[in-house]
Amino acid sequence: METVTHTHPADAHRDDTASKIGMWLFIFTEILLFGGLFIVYSVYRYMNPVAFHLAHEELSITMGFINTIILLVSSATVAISISAMQKNDRRTTMLMLVATLILAAVFLVNKYFEWGGKFEHGLYPGSDLMKSLSNGDMLFFSLYFFMTGLHGVHIIIGMVLLAITLAKVRSGRVNGGSYALLENSGLYWHLVDLIWIFLFPLFYLIH
Amino acid sequence: MENEKHHIVPYMTHIMVLLGLILLTVITVLITSVELGAYNTAAAMLIASLKGAVVLLYFMHLKFDHKIYWIMVSLVIAIFTAVIVVTFFDYLYR
Repeated sequence: METVTHTHPADAHRDDTASKIGMWLFIFTEILLFGGLFIVYSVYRYMNPVAFHLAHEELSITMGFINTIILLVSSATVAISISAMQKNDRRTTMLMLVATLILAAVFLVNKYFEWGGKFEHGLYPGSDLMKSLSNGDMLFFSLYFFMTGLHGVHIIIGMVLLAITLAKVRSGRVNGGSYALLENSGLYWHLVDLIWIFLFPLFYLIH
Repeated sequence: MENEKHHIVPYMTHIMVLLGLILLTVITVLITSVELGAYNTAAAMLIASLKGAVVLLYFMHLKFDHKIYWIMVSLVIAIFTAVIVVTFFDYLYR
């Protein structure tokens, strides 16, 4: 009898719904963090419409567009990995997670070249060029670096989460019967995509 | 949870959603080169919100999960919208 009751001691206090609600509550704090920044951006753009329009022309729409597509595809691969896990298809789950990690890395490489190009022209927070800019230009670029930078940090955190999940799927600790970690990491990754969906038109597509 | 049924979203749904999102992205880029005045920004934000809603409903499973998540997310979006509206009333009428 004793061995039967102690077969799955780790599962005794498992509550996937509670863990998912916890993840959503955390996501709400993230939405409000970026939401606050979006409001700051909107107010300054409302006050400096011409400067924001001229400054945004420094950004490459092509680069932003490619990164948008990369994130959308990576979001789909994560969603597919969850469906695969529910079907107990470990191979597809792992394949999709690896694909997501590769796409995330490509996104960061693009960001590196994008930011690198600005840095080469002496445009980075605190640079002499930045200090010589007009108020509106300075606000645009400061917000650009801060918001895309913060988003980049989220990409890195998401990659770490997905890598941990991948390792646990591999070892079988995340499986078709217990995959809350995969769902929660997936939610985080979709949040990163969601934020970029708004960052892209606000910084790259000012008319 | 034993009693919670899991809706398995077919791969094809995810792929169709992805194609829809890419299409909306292309539209939002194209619309930028059309002269619509103040409506350009409005259109860009409208399309972004539409894309956001699709990601929330399909990729983040709000459409298939327990309703409680949907209610929670709606409340947060409502609060955020209220803050935006109040902020802009402040700036527009000062």
